[in-house]
Amino acid sequence: MPVHELAIAESVIDTVTERLPGAKVTCVHLEIGALSGVVPDSIRFCFDLATEGTDLAGARLEISEPPAQCRCRGCGTDFQPDGPIVLCPCGSPDVAVLSGEQLKIVSVSVA
Amino acid sequence: MCGTCGCAGEADIRLLTPGVVDHEDHAHPHGDDEGRTVVLQEKVLARNDGLAQQNRNWLRARNVLAINLMSSPGAGKTTLLERTASDLAGRLVLGVIEGDQETALDAERIRRAGCRVVQVNTGTGCHLDAAMVGRALRSLDPPAGSVVVIENVGNLVCPALFDLGEACRVVLASVTEGADKPVKYPHMFAVADLVVISKTDLLPYLDFDLERCIADIGRVSPGANVLPVSARSGDGSGQWYDWLRDRVSRSASPGGRPPWNPPMA
Repeated sequence: MPVHELAIAESVIDTVTERLPGAKVTCVHLEIGALSGVVPDSIRFCFDLATEGTDLAGARLEISEPPAQCRCRGCGTDFQPDGPIVLCPCGSPDVAVLSGEQLKIVSVSVA
Repeated sequence: MCGTCGCAGEADIRLLTPGVVDHEDHAHPHGDDEGRTVVLQEKVLARNDGLAQQNRNWLRARNVLAINLMSSPGAGKTTLLERTASDLAGRLVLGVIEGDQETALDAERIRRAGCRVVQVNTGTGCHLDAAMVGRALRSLDPPAGSVVVIENVGNLVCPALFDLGEACRVVLASVTEGADKPVKYPHMFAVADLVVISKTDLLPYLDFDLERCIADIGRVSPGANVLPVSARSGDGSGQWYDWLRDRVSRSASPGGRPPWNPPMA
C-alpha cells in the first residue's frame, strides 16, 4: 500500500512496541491535526493490516482531529482555515499556524 | 471523553512512564476492560525526526549542503541535475542520492553526468525516510564543501512529511502537469524553500498560466522563491545556479567550505 499513512501506522507500532515492550495493547489514541498532512481515514484503513502479528494486533484505534488555528501576521485576526491552504480572511498568506500540525501518539491502553 | 488521553471508560490503574506528561489535572478512572492507560504524548514521526537530526549533524560536521529535491514522477528532477552537473563541472562538487521504487536508471544517468551517486530502491515505499538517507550518505561519502542533492521518490504527497536532515527543500512542478498543482498538493508546496517551474521551453505549446501558477505558489507557500527553468534550453538556469550558490555560501561554516569556484575559462 504505497501511501505514507502506512508508514505512519508503522511508526506508531514501532514507537509503542519500543516504549512498552511485550505489552498487550488494547487501544491506541492518536491526535491528527487538520494540517498534519495525514488522512485519519487512511490510518484507520491500514491500521489493522499494519498491526497484524505485532503486540498491537486487535487494538482499537481512537483518533482525535483537532482543527487548525491560525493567526494573521498582518491584521492579527485569529481564524480557523477551512482547508489546507491557510489564507487569512483579509487575503494575506502570511499566517502563523498556532495549532493543527500535530501528529502524535497521545496514549495507549494495555491489558 | 477525556480530552487528553481519549479514554472513555472507568478504570483503576494508570501507569506513567518517566519523562512523559502526566494528565493528573484530570485524573479519572479508566475502564476495566481497557486495563491501564499509558500516556505517551510522543510525536508519531519522532524516530524519523531523530534520525534526520543525526543526518543533519553529520552533514554539518562535513560541511556538506544537502537539498531534498521533490516532485511528481517525470517532472524533470534528473534532467535538471544532469544539466546542473554539466554546467557547474569544475565549480561545484555535486553528489546525488537517487530515490526510486525500482531500477538504477537515474543513478546511471547521474553517473554519466560525472557525479558521485547512490541509488536507493524503496520497493513499494513511496518516499525516502531519514534511515534510508543516513545509510546512503555514508555510502556516498561526500567530500567536504560539496552539495548533495537527495532526489526523492517521484510523489507530490508523502515525501513532504519526512524530514531527511536536509538544509533546504526544492520542489519541481513541470508545465506539462498543469498550473493547478500547487493548490491541489498544498502540503508539498508549503514545505518548499524554492519551487522550480520546469520544462518552460514547452510553454508555447501549452495552455499553462504561468502567472496564475506563481500567484498560487505565493498563497500556498509565501516564503518560497519561484524560478521558471528549462533544463533543455538553459533558460532560467543561471538563476537556479545563483540560488544554489547563495545557499552554499550561507551554509558554509567559517573556514570550512571552499568558496564557489569561478567559472572555468
